[in-house]
Amino acid sequence: MTILLIAEHDNHQLKGGMHNAVSAASTLANLSGQELHVLVAGHQAQSVANEVAQLAGVAKVRLADATQLAEGLAENVTATALKIAASYSHIVLLASAYGKNIAPRIAAKLDVAQISEVIAIRSLDTFERPIYAGNVIATVQSTDPIKVMTVRGTAFEAAAVQSQNAPLESIEAAPETGFSQFMRRELTQLERPELTAAKVVVSGGRGLGSAENYTKLLEPLANQLGAALGASRAAVDAGFVPNDYQVGQTGKIVAPQLYLAVGISGAIQHLAGMKDAKVIVAINKDADAPIFGVADYGLVGDLFELVPELVTELQKA
Amino acid sequence: MKVLVAVKRVVDYNVRVRVKPDHTGVDTAHVKMSMNPFDEIAVEEAVRLKEAGLVTEIVAVSCGVALCQETLRSALAMGADRAILVETNQELQPLAVAKILQALVKKEAPQLIILGKQAIDDDANQTGQMLAALCDLPQATFASKVTLMDGHAQVTREIDGGLETLSLTLPAVITTDLRLNEPRYLTLPSIMKAKKKPLDTLSPDTLGVDVTPRLKTLKVAEPAARLAGIKVPDVKTLVDKLKNEAKVL
Repeated sequence: MTILLIAEHDNHQLKGGMHNAVSAASTLANLSGQELHVLVAGHQAQSVANEVAQLAGVAKVRLADATQLAEGLAENVTATALKIAASYSHIVLLASAYGKNIAPRIAAKLDVAQISEVIAIRSLDTFERPIYAGNVIATVQSTDPIKVMTVRGTAFEAAAVQSQNAPLESIEAAPETGFSQFMRRELTQLERPELTAAKVVVSGGRGLGSAENYTKLLEPLANQLGAALGASRAAVDAGFVPNDYQVGQTGKIVAPQLYLAVGISGAIQHLAGMKDAKVIVAINKDADAPIFGVADYGLVGDLFELVPELVTELQKA
Repeated sequence: MKVLVAVKRVVDYNVRVRVKPDHTGVDTAHVKMSMNPFDEIAVEEAVRLKEAGLVTEIVAVSCGVALCQETLRSALAMGADRAILVETNQELQPLAVAKILQALVKKEAPQLIILGKQAIDDDANQTGQMLAALCDLPQATFASKVTLMDGHAQVTREIDGGLETLSLTLPAVITTDLRLNEPRYLTLPSIMKAKKKPLDTLSPDTLGVDVTPRLKTLKVAEPAARLAGIKVPDVKTLVDKLKNEAKVL
Protein backbone atom coordinates (compact mmCIF):
# COMPACT_ATOMS: atom_id res chain seq x y z
CA MET A 1 0.00 0.00 0.00
CA THR A 2 0.92 3.62 -0.37
CA ILE A 3 2.84 5.80 2.05
CA LEU A 4 1.35 8.99 3.51
CA LEU A 5 3.44 11.85 4.85
CA ILE A 6 1.66 14.62 6.74
CA ALA A 7 3.27 17.96 5.97
CA GLU A 8 4.14 20.50 8.64
CA HIS A 9 3.89 24.12 7.54
CA ASP A 10 2.64 27.57 8.50
CA ASN A 11 0.26 27.85 5.50
CA HIS A 12 3.00 29.70 3.59
CA GLN A 13 5.97 27.39 3.56
CA LEU A 14 7.11 23.96 4.61
CA LYS A 15 8.87 23.56 7.92
CA GLY A 16 12.65 23.15 7.56
CA GLY A 17 12.95 19.49 8.55
CA MET A 18 10.19 18.45 6.11
CA HIS A 19 12.70 17.87 3.29
CA ASN A 20 14.28 15.23 5.51
CA ALA A 21 10.92 13.71 6.40
CA VAL A 22 10.13 13.44 2.67
CA SER A 23 13.32 11.48 2.09
CA ALA A 24 12.56 9.15 5.04
CA ALA A 25 9.05 8.54 3.69
CA SER A 26 10.31 8.01 0.16
CA THR A 27 12.73 5.38 1.50
CA LEU A 28 9.61 3.50 2.66
CA ALA A 29 7.94 4.06 -0.71
CA ASN A 30 10.99 2.61 -2.49
CA LEU A 31 11.06 -0.40 -0.18
CA SER A 32 7.40 -1.18 -0.79
CA GLY A 33 7.45 -0.25 -4.47
CA GLN A 34 4.49 2.05 -3.83
CA GLU A 35 3.84 5.76 -4.12
CA LEU A 36 4.45 8.48 -1.58
CA HIS A 37 1.56 10.88 -1.04
CA VAL A 38 1.76 14.03 1.06
CA LEU A 39 -1.19 15.46 2.95
CA VAL A 40 -1.15 19.23 3.30
CA ALA A 41 -3.83 20.17 5.83
CA GLY A 42 -4.14 23.91 6.21
CA HIS A 43 -5.90 27.04 5.14
CA GLN A 44 -4.90 28.81 1.93
CA ALA A 45 -1.82 26.63 1.88
CA GLN A 46 -1.57 26.30 -1.92
CA SER A 47 2.04 27.54 -1.87
CA VAL A 48 2.94 24.76 0.58
CA ALA A 49 1.35 22.18 -1.70
CA ASN A 50 3.33 23.55 -4.65
CA GLU A 51 6.54 23.50 -2.64
CA VAL A 52 6.16 19.89 -1.52
CA ALA A 53 5.05 18.78 -5.01
CA GLN A 54 8.56 19.63 -6.24
CA LEU A 55 10.39 17.34 -3.83
CA ALA A 56 11.99 14.17 -5.14
CA GLY A 57 9.96 11.08 -4.32
CA VAL A 58 6.57 12.76 -3.92
CA ALA A 59 3.99 11.15 -6.26
CA LYS A 60 0.89 13.06 -5.23
CA VAL A 61 -0.06 15.95 -2.97
CA ARG A 62 -3.45 15.85 -1.27
CA LEU A 63 -4.54 19.29 -0.17
CA ALA A 64 -7.22 19.81 2.46
CA ASP A 65 -8.10 23.49 2.71
CA ALA A 66 -10.40 24.71 5.46
CA THR A 67 -10.45 27.43 8.12
CA GLN A 68 -10.52 24.81 10.90
CA LEU A 69 -7.15 23.52 9.66
CA ALA A 70 -5.46 26.95 9.73
CA GLU A 71 -3.70 26.55 13.08
CA GLY A 72 -2.78 22.88 12.85
CA LEU A 73 -4.83 21.81 15.88
CA ALA A 74 -4.32 18.11 16.63
CA GLU A 75 -8.05 17.37 16.83
CA ASN A 76 -8.87 18.82 13.40
CA VAL A 77 -5.77 17.60 11.57
CA THR A 78 -6.33 14.09 12.97
CA ALA A 79 -9.98 14.06 11.90
CA THR A 80 -9.00 15.05 8.36
CA ALA A 81 -6.12 12.56 8.19
CA LEU A 82 -8.47 9.77 9.33
CA LYS A 83 -10.67 10.34 6.30
CA ILE A 84 -7.90 8.95 4.10
CA ALA A 85 -5.70 7.00 6.57
CA ALA A 86 -7.16 3.55 5.96
CA SER A 87 -5.78 3.37 2.42
CA TYR A 88 -2.16 3.75 3.54
CA SER A 89 0.33 1.27 4.98
CA HIS A 90 2.55 3.91 6.61
CA ILE A 91 1.70 7.33 8.02
CA VAL A 92 4.77 9.45 8.64
CA LEU A 93 5.22 12.78 10.43
CA LEU A 94 8.28 14.78 11.34
CA ALA A 95 9.30 14.32 15.01
CA SER A 96 8.74 18.00 15.83
CA ALA A 97 6.33 19.54 18.34
CA TYR A 98 3.69 19.41 15.57
CA GLY A 99 4.29 15.79 14.59
CA LYS A 100 4.59 14.55 18.17
CA ASN A 101 1.30 16.25 19.00
CA ILE A 102 -0.63 14.65 16.15
CA ALA A 103 0.91 11.24 15.35
CA PRO A 104 -0.16 9.44 18.57
CA ARG A 105 -3.69 10.79 18.20
CA ILE A 106 -3.94 9.31 14.71
CA ALA A 107 -2.40 6.01 15.84
CA ALA A 108 -4.83 5.60 18.75
CA LYS A 109 -7.81 6.30 16.48
CA LEU A 110 -6.53 3.56 14.16
CA ASP A 111 -5.87 1.30 17.17
CA VAL A 112 -2.21 0.88 16.27
CA ALA A 113 1.03 1.56 18.13
CA GLN A 114 3.06 4.60 17.16
CA ILE A 115 6.82 4.55 16.64
CA SER A 116 8.55 7.73 17.85
CA GLU A 117 11.67 9.48 16.55
CA VAL A 118 12.71 6.86 14.01
CA ILE A 119 16.40 7.32 13.15
CA ALA A 120 16.81 4.38 10.75
CA ILE A 121 14.49 2.35 8.56
CA ARG A 122 15.60 -1.30 8.43
CA SER A 123 12.59 -2.63 6.51
CA LEU A 124 8.91 -1.83 6.05
CA ASP A 125 8.15 -2.93 9.62
CA THR A 126 11.49 -2.63 11.43
CA PHE A 127 12.90 0.63 12.70
CA GLU A 128 15.58 1.99 14.99
CA ARG A 129 14.79 4.59 17.62
CA PRO A 130 16.68 6.09 20.56
CA ILE A 131 15.48 5.50 24.12
CA TYR A 132 16.85 6.61 27.52
CA ALA A 133 17.84 10.06 26.27
CA GLY A 134 19.71 8.63 23.31
CA ASN A 135 21.89 6.39 25.45
CA VAL A 136 20.33 3.24 23.99
CA ILE A 137 19.13 2.43 20.48
CA ALA A 138 16.16 0.07 20.23
CA THR A 139 15.33 -1.90 17.09
CA VAL A 140 11.57 -2.39 17.03
CA GLN A 141 9.25 -4.34 14.77
CA SER A 142 5.65 -3.29 14.33
CA THR A 143 2.97 -5.96 14.12
CA ASP A 144 0.22 -3.47 13.20
CA PRO A 145 -1.42 -3.21 9.77
CA ILE A 146 -0.72 0.53 9.58
CA LYS A 147 2.59 1.91 10.82
CA VAL A 148 2.25 5.40 12.27
CA MET A 149 5.60 6.97 12.99
CA THR A 150 7.53 10.16 13.53
CA VAL A 151 10.97 10.50 11.98
CA ARG A 152 13.90 12.46 13.34
CA GLY A 153 14.79 14.98 10.65
CA THR A 154 18.50 15.13 11.42
CA ALA A 155 18.84 11.36 10.83
CA PHE A 156 17.84 11.58 7.15
CA GLU A 157 19.19 13.42 4.13
CA ALA A 158 17.09 16.25 2.73
CA ALA A 159 15.04 15.39 -0.38
CA ALA A 160 16.18 17.17 -3.53
CA VAL A 161 14.07 19.76 -5.35
CA GLN A 162 13.27 18.76 -8.91
CA SER A 163 11.73 20.52 -11.85
CA GLN A 164 8.60 18.46 -12.46
CA ASN A 165 5.68 18.76 -10.09
CA ALA A 166 3.69 15.93 -8.53
CA PRO A 167 -0.03 16.25 -9.26
CA LEU A 168 -2.29 17.98 -6.77
CA GLU A 169 -5.61 16.67 -5.56
CA SER A 170 -8.05 18.46 -3.30
CA ILE A 171 -9.67 16.48 -0.52
CA GLU A 172 -12.42 17.47 1.84
CA ALA A 173 -11.50 18.50 5.38
CA ALA A 174 -13.29 16.95 8.34
CA PRO A 175 -15.69 19.33 10.10
CA GLU A 176 -14.46 21.49 13.00
CA THR A 177 -14.34 19.33 16.14
CA GLY A 178 -15.17 22.35 18.25
CA PHE A 179 -13.75 21.49 21.66
CA SER A 180 -10.33 23.04 21.20
CA GLN A 181 -9.82 26.68 20.19
CA PHE A 182 -6.68 28.41 19.08
CA MET A 183 -6.10 31.63 21.03
CA ARG A 184 -2.71 33.05 20.11
CA ARG A 185 0.89 32.26 19.22
CA GLU A 186 4.00 34.09 20.32
CA LEU A 187 6.92 33.21 18.11
CA THR A 188 10.52 34.04 18.90
CA GLN A 189 11.81 36.39 16.22
CA LEU A 190 14.83 34.84 14.56
CA GLU A 191 17.22 36.52 12.17
CA ARG A 192 19.38 33.42 12.04
CA PRO A 193 19.11 29.96 10.53
CA GLU A 194 16.61 27.69 12.22
CA LEU A 195 18.22 25.67 15.02
CA THR A 196 17.35 22.18 13.78
CA ALA A 197 18.40 22.93 10.20
CA ALA A 198 21.54 25.04 10.81
CA LYS A 199 24.95 23.89 9.57
CA VAL A 200 26.62 25.53 12.55
CA VAL A 201 25.19 25.89 16.06
CA VAL A 202 26.65 28.03 18.83
CA SER A 203 25.20 26.99 22.17
CA GLY A 204 25.60 28.59 25.58
CA GLY A 205 25.16 27.27 29.10
CA ARG A 206 25.12 28.37 32.68
CA GLY A 207 28.78 29.36 32.46
CA LEU A 208 27.78 32.53 30.61
CA GLY A 209 26.31 33.90 33.83
CA SER A 210 23.60 36.18 32.45
CA ALA A 211 21.35 36.99 29.51
CA GLU A 212 23.52 40.04 28.75
CA ASN A 213 26.65 37.91 28.55
CA TYR A 214 24.87 35.36 26.37
CA THR A 215 24.00 38.08 23.85
CA LYS A 216 27.26 39.98 24.13
CA LEU A 217 29.51 36.95 23.71
CA LEU A 218 27.61 34.49 21.55
CA GLU A 219 25.88 36.75 19.02
CA PRO A 220 29.11 38.07 17.44
CA LEU A 221 30.38 34.48 17.26
CA ALA A 222 27.14 33.20 15.69
CA ASN A 223 27.15 36.13 13.24
CA GLN A 224 30.72 35.38 12.24
CA LEU A 225 29.86 31.71 11.60
CA GLY A 226 26.36 32.22 10.17
CA ALA A 227 25.24 29.96 12.99
CA ALA A 228 22.01 29.31 14.86
CA LEU A 229 22.01 29.98 18.59
CA GLY A 230 21.16 27.26 21.08
CA ALA A 231 21.30 26.75 24.81
CA SER A 232 21.41 24.18 27.57
CA ARG A 233 18.47 23.73 29.89
CA ALA A 234 20.40 25.52 32.65
CA ALA A 235 20.66 28.63 30.47
CA VAL A 236 16.95 28.47 29.65
CA ASP A 237 15.92 27.96 33.26
CA ALA A 238 18.14 30.84 34.33
CA GLY A 239 16.24 33.02 31.85
CA PHE A 240 19.19 33.80 29.54
CA VAL A 241 17.16 32.80 26.45
CA PRO A 242 13.62 31.57 25.58
CA ASN A 243 12.68 27.87 25.87
CA ASP A 244 12.76 27.18 22.18
CA TYR A 245 16.56 27.68 22.18
CA GLN A 246 16.98 24.54 24.26
CA VAL A 247 19.00 21.68 22.81
CA GLY A 248 18.57 18.27 24.47
CA GLN A 249 16.30 15.36 25.30
CA THR A 250 13.41 17.66 26.14
CA GLY A 251 14.35 20.39 23.69
CA LYS A 252 15.52 20.22 20.11
CA ILE A 253 17.67 17.54 18.52
CA VAL A 254 20.37 19.00 16.28
CA ALA A 255 23.04 17.41 14.11
CA PRO A 256 24.95 20.28 12.51
CA GLN A 257 28.38 20.16 10.84
CA LEU A 258 29.82 22.11 13.75
CA TYR A 259 28.48 22.46 17.30
CA LEU A 260 30.18 24.89 19.65
CA ALA A 261 29.32 24.33 23.31
CA VAL A 262 30.26 27.37 25.37
CA GLY A 263 30.06 27.14 29.16
CA ILE A 264 28.05 23.90 28.96
CA SER A 265 29.06 21.06 31.28
CA GLY A 266 27.42 18.35 29.15
CA ALA A 267 24.69 16.60 31.17
CA ILE A 268 23.37 13.44 29.48
CA GLN A 269 20.08 15.21 28.71
CA HIS A 270 21.99 17.86 26.76
CA LEU A 271 24.25 15.36 25.00
CA ALA A 272 21.09 13.54 23.80
CA GLY A 273 20.32 16.58 21.69
CA MET A 274 23.67 17.21 20.01
CA LYS A 275 25.97 14.22 20.08
CA ASP A 276 25.32 13.46 16.41
CA ALA A 277 26.97 16.71 15.34
CA LYS A 278 29.83 16.08 12.93
CA VAL A 279 32.33 18.13 14.90
CA ILE A 280 31.88 19.24 18.50
CA VAL A 281 33.94 22.01 20.06
CA ALA A 282 33.77 22.67 23.80
CA ILE A 283 34.93 25.79 25.58
CA ASN A 284 34.82 25.35 29.34
CA LYS A 285 36.94 26.34 32.29
CA ASP A 286 36.46 22.94 33.98
CA ALA A 287 38.83 20.48 32.34
CA ASP A 288 36.84 17.58 33.82
CA ALA A 289 33.46 18.65 32.43
CA PRO A 290 31.68 15.71 30.73
CA ILE A 291 31.36 17.74 27.51
CA PHE A 292 35.08 17.12 26.89
CA GLY A 293 34.24 13.39 26.75
CA VAL A 294 32.43 13.92 23.44
CA ALA A 295 34.16 17.01 22.06
CA ASP A 296 36.48 16.65 19.07
CA TYR A 297 38.27 19.81 20.08
CA GLY A 298 38.31 21.13 23.60
CA LEU A 299 39.56 24.46 24.83
CA VAL A 300 39.98 24.78 28.58
CA GLY A 301 39.83 28.29 29.90
CA ASP A 302 37.81 31.39 30.62
CA LEU A 303 35.08 31.73 28.02
CA PHE A 304 34.92 35.49 28.59
CA GLU A 305 38.42 35.75 27.12
CA LEU A 306 38.35 32.83 24.69
CA VAL A 307 35.10 33.62 22.86
CA PRO A 308 36.03 37.20 21.85
CA GLU A 309 39.46 35.92 20.89
CA LEU A 310 37.82 33.24 18.73
CA VAL A 311 35.71 35.89 16.97
CA THR A 312 38.82 37.92 16.19
CA GLU A 313 40.68 34.87 14.96
CA LEU A 314 37.75 33.82 12.74
CA GLN A 315 37.66 37.31 11.20
CA LYS A 316 41.31 36.90 10.27
CA ALA A 317 40.88 33.39 8.92
CA MET B 1 -13.78 19.01 40.18
CA LYS B 2 -11.82 15.83 39.98
CA VAL B 3 -8.36 15.48 38.39
CA LEU B 4 -6.72 12.25 37.30
CA VAL B 5 -2.92 12.23 37.20
CA ALA B 6 -0.91 9.42 35.62
CA VAL B 7 2.54 8.66 37.02
CA LYS B 8 5.21 6.23 35.82
CA ARG B 9 8.02 4.52 37.71
CA VAL B 10 11.22 4.85 35.67
CA VAL B 11 14.98 4.51 36.10
CA ASP B 12 16.11 7.65 37.96
CA TYR B 13 17.19 10.38 35.56
CA ASN B 14 20.69 10.53 37.04
CA VAL B 15 21.43 6.86 36.39
CA ARG B 16 23.72 5.94 33.54
CA VAL B 17 21.80 2.99 32.06
CA ARG B 18 23.48 -0.18 30.81
CA VAL B 19 22.33 -2.48 28.06
CA LYS B 20 22.08 -6.17 29.07
CA PRO B 21 24.82 -8.32 27.53
CA ASP B 22 22.23 -10.28 25.51
CA HIS B 23 20.81 -7.05 24.04
CA THR B 24 17.25 -7.83 25.15
CA GLY B 25 16.83 -4.70 27.19
CA VAL B 26 18.28 -2.29 29.72
CA ASP B 27 19.46 -3.58 33.08
CA THR B 28 16.94 -2.27 35.61
CA ALA B 29 17.72 -4.67 38.45
CA HIS B 30 19.39 -2.94 41.41
CA VAL B 31 19.05 0.42 39.71
CA LYS B 32 17.56 3.45 41.47
CA MET B 33 13.99 4.03 40.31
CA SER B 34 11.87 7.12 40.81
CA MET B 35 8.87 8.99 39.52
CA ASN B 36 9.24 10.18 35.92
CA PRO B 37 10.23 13.89 36.23
CA PHE B 38 7.46 15.07 33.88
CA ASP B 39 4.91 13.21 36.02
CA GLU B 40 6.14 14.96 39.18
CA ILE B 41 5.32 18.18 37.39
CA ALA B 42 1.86 16.80 36.54
CA VAL B 43 1.19 15.94 40.19
CA GLU B 44 2.50 19.32 41.34
CA GLU B 45 0.19 21.12 38.92
CA ALA B 46 -2.82 19.16 40.15
CA VAL B 47 -1.92 19.92 43.77
CA ARG B 48 -1.53 23.62 42.99
CA LEU B 49 -4.97 23.66 41.34
CA LYS B 50 -6.38 22.06 44.46
CA GLU B 51 -4.62 24.58 46.70
CA ALA B 52 -6.13 27.33 44.55
CA GLY B 53 -9.58 25.91 45.33
CA LEU B 54 -10.28 24.87 41.74
CA VAL B 55 -9.97 21.14 42.27
CA THR B 56 -11.62 19.00 44.94
CA GLU B 57 -10.02 15.60 44.44
CA ILE B 58 -6.80 14.30 42.91
CA VAL B 59 -6.57 10.65 41.88
CA ALA B 60 -3.09 9.37 41.03
CA VAL B 61 -2.79 6.34 38.76
CA SER B 62 0.13 4.14 37.86
CA CYS B 63 0.26 1.02 35.67
CA GLY B 64 2.84 -1.73 36.03
CA VAL B 65 4.49 -3.97 38.59
CA ALA B 66 3.63 -4.01 42.31
CA LEU B 67 6.57 -1.70 43.09
CA CYS B 68 4.75 1.14 41.33
CA GLN B 69 3.03 1.51 44.70
CA GLU B 70 6.11 3.45 45.83
CA THR B 71 5.62 5.91 42.99
CA LEU B 72 1.97 6.30 43.95
CA ARG B 73 2.93 6.88 47.60
CA SER B 74 5.18 9.71 46.43
CA ALA B 75 2.26 11.22 44.52
CA LEU B 76 0.10 10.89 47.65
CA ALA B 77 2.82 12.54 49.71
CA MET B 78 2.91 15.43 47.25
CA GLY B 79 -0.80 15.97 47.83
CA ALA B 80 -2.86 13.50 45.79
CA ASP B 81 -5.93 12.25 47.68
CA ARG B 82 -6.02 8.62 46.62
CA ALA B 83 -4.28 6.28 44.27
CA ILE B 84 -5.04 3.45 41.87
CA LEU B 85 -2.49 0.87 40.81
CA VAL B 86 -3.31 -1.14 37.72
CA GLU B 87 -1.02 -4.05 38.39
CA THR B 88 0.53 -6.27 35.72
CA ASN B 89 3.89 -7.82 35.00
CA GLN B 90 3.30 -7.52 31.28
CA GLU B 91 5.39 -4.97 29.37
CA LEU B 92 3.15 -1.94 28.87
CA GLN B 93 3.39 0.21 25.77
CA PRO B 94 1.78 3.67 25.41
CA LEU B 95 -1.32 2.39 23.59
CA ALA B 96 -1.98 -0.15 26.36
CA VAL B 97 -1.51 2.47 29.09
CA ALA B 98 -3.80 4.86 27.20
CA LYS B 99 -6.47 2.14 27.07
CA ILE B 100 -6.15 1.44 30.80
CA LEU B 101 -6.43 5.16 31.51
CA GLN B 102 -9.42 5.36 29.16
CA ALA B 103 -11.18 2.72 31.26
CA LEU B 104 -10.38 4.68 34.42
CA VAL B 105 -11.57 7.94 32.89
CA LYS B 106 -14.87 6.24 32.16
CA LYS B 107 -15.04 4.97 35.73
CA GLU B 108 -13.87 8.08 37.57
CA ALA B 109 -15.21 10.78 35.21
CA PRO B 110 -12.49 13.38 35.93
CA GLN B 111 -12.76 16.85 34.39
CA LEU B 112 -9.06 17.07 33.79
CA ILE B 113 -6.43 14.43 33.12
CA ILE B 114 -2.79 15.47 33.51
CA LEU B 115 0.18 13.40 32.31
CA GLY B 116 3.85 14.09 31.74
CA LYS B 117 4.69 14.84 28.11
CA GLN B 118 7.04 11.85 27.93
CA ALA B 119 8.64 9.17 30.06
CA ILE B 120 12.41 9.43 30.21
CA ASP B 121 12.89 5.69 29.60
CA ASP B 122 10.95 4.96 26.39
CA ASP B 123 10.95 8.63 25.30
CA ALA B 124 7.73 7.90 23.40
CA ASN B 125 5.74 11.08 24.04
CA GLN B 126 2.45 9.38 23.08
CA THR B 127 0.27 8.34 26.02
CA GLY B 128 -1.52 11.66 26.65
CA GLN B 129 -2.33 12.16 22.98
CA MET B 130 -3.55 8.56 22.67
CA LEU B 131 -5.72 8.89 25.75
CA ALA B 132 -7.28 12.08 24.41
CA ALA B 133 -7.96 10.33 21.10
CA LEU B 134 -9.51 7.24 22.73
CA CYS B 135 -11.75 9.33 25.00
CA ASP B 136 -12.51 11.82 22.23
CA LEU B 137 -11.29 14.70 24.35
CA PRO B 138 -9.34 17.81 23.41
CA GLN B 139 -5.62 17.77 24.14
CA ALA B 140 -3.00 20.34 25.07
CA THR B 141 0.44 18.82 24.98
CA PHE B 142 3.76 20.28 26.24
CA ALA B 143 1.98 22.69 28.61
CA SER B 144 3.98 25.45 30.27
CA LYS B 145 0.96 27.27 31.77
CA VAL B 146 -2.52 26.10 32.75
CA THR B 147 -5.42 28.36 33.75
CA LEU B 148 -8.86 26.99 34.61
CA MET B 149 -11.95 29.14 34.05
CA ASP B 150 -15.66 28.43 33.59
CA GLY B 151 -15.57 25.01 32.06
CA HIS B 152 -12.42 25.68 30.06
CA ALA B 153 -8.71 25.16 30.43
CA GLN B 154 -6.51 27.79 28.89
CA VAL B 155 -3.17 26.17 28.18
CA THR B 156 0.04 27.71 26.88
CA ARG B 157 2.05 25.13 24.96
CA GLU B 158 5.72 25.02 24.08
CA ILE B 159 6.02 24.71 20.31
CA ASP B 160 9.09 24.80 18.08
CA GLY B 161 9.01 28.51 17.29
CA GLY B 162 7.90 29.72 20.72
CA LEU B 163 4.58 29.44 22.55
CA GLU B 164 0.93 29.03 21.65
CA THR B 165 -2.20 29.26 23.75
CA LEU B 166 -5.27 27.06 23.33
CA SER B 167 -8.62 27.02 25.05
CA LEU B 168 -10.00 23.53 25.71
CA THR B 169 -13.54 22.61 26.68
CA LEU B 170 -13.42 20.40 29.79
CA PRO B 171 -13.00 17.50 30.24
CA ALA B 172 -9.59 17.63 28.59
CA VAL B 173 -6.15 16.01 28.57
CA ILE B 174 -3.02 18.02 29.34
CA THR B 175 0.60 16.87 29.16
CA THR B 176 3.28 18.79 31.05
CA ASP B 177 6.51 20.32 29.90
CA LEU B 178 9.42 20.97 32.26
CA ARG B 179 8.66 24.67 32.47
CA LEU B 180 5.17 24.23 33.92
CA ASN B 181 6.27 24.33 37.56
CA GLU B 182 8.88 23.35 40.13
CA PRO B 183 7.70 20.24 42.02
CA ARG B 184 7.81 20.44 45.80
CA TYR B 185 10.07 18.36 48.02
CA LEU B 186 8.44 15.70 50.14
CA THR B 187 8.43 16.36 53.87
CA LEU B 188 8.55 13.58 56.45
CA PRO B 189 5.06 14.38 57.85
CA SER B 190 3.59 14.30 54.33
CA ILE B 191 5.25 10.94 53.66
CA MET B 192 3.82 9.57 56.92
CA LYS B 193 0.37 10.91 56.09
CA ALA B 194 0.56 9.38 52.58
CA LYS B 195 0.86 5.90 54.09
CA LYS B 196 -2.70 6.21 55.39
CA LYS B 197 -4.22 7.41 52.12
CA PRO B 198 -6.24 4.85 50.11
CA LEU B 199 -4.53 2.89 47.36
CA ASP B 200 -6.67 0.52 45.29
CA THR B 201 -5.23 -2.21 43.14
CA LEU B 202 -6.92 -3.27 39.90
CA SER B 203 -5.81 -5.39 36.98
CA PRO B 204 -6.06 -4.70 33.24
CA ASP B 205 -8.37 -7.73 33.03
CA THR B 206 -10.91 -6.36 35.51
CA LEU B 207 -10.90 -3.16 33.46
CA GLY B 208 -11.41 -5.22 30.31
CA VAL B 209 -8.27 -3.94 28.62
CA ASP B 210 -6.03 -5.99 26.34
CA VAL B 211 -2.47 -4.83 26.98
CA THR B 212 -0.64 -7.07 24.49
CA PRO B 213 2.37 -5.15 23.11
CA ARG B 214 2.12 -4.19 19.44
CA LEU B 215 5.78 -3.40 19.00
CA LYS B 216 8.34 -6.14 19.34
CA THR B 217 11.74 -5.05 20.57
CA LEU B 218 14.18 -7.07 18.50
CA LYS B 219 17.31 -5.65 20.02
CA VAL B 220 18.66 -2.85 22.15
CA ALA B 221 22.22 -1.64 21.83
CA GLU B 222 24.50 1.16 22.89
CA PRO B 223 24.84 3.82 20.21
CA ALA B 224 28.18 4.06 18.45
CA ALA B 225 30.44 5.59 21.05
CA ARG B 226 31.69 9.04 20.36
CA LEU B 227 35.31 9.25 21.36
CA ALA B 228 36.82 12.21 23.10
CA GLY B 229 39.01 14.21 20.79
CA ILE B 230 41.87 16.40 21.76
CA LYS B 231 42.32 19.48 23.87
CA VAL B 232 43.88 22.35 22.01
CA PRO B 233 46.14 24.85 23.75
CA ASP B 234 44.77 28.07 22.27
CA VAL B 235 42.21 29.72 20.00
CA LYS B 236 44.63 29.97 17.10
CA THR B 237 45.17 26.20 17.07
CA LEU B 238 41.42 25.63 17.36
CA VAL B 239 40.64 27.73 14.29
CA ASP B 240 43.48 26.08 12.39
CA LYS B 241 42.16 22.58 13.26
CA LEU B 242 38.59 23.46 12.34
CA LYS B 243 39.76 24.82 9.04
CA ASN B 244 42.39 22.36 7.93
CA GLU B 245 41.71 19.13 9.84
CA ALA B 246 37.94 19.01 10.39
CA LYS B 247 37.25 21.23 7.38
CA VAL B 248 34.08 22.67 8.86
CA LEU B 249 34.91 26.36 8.44
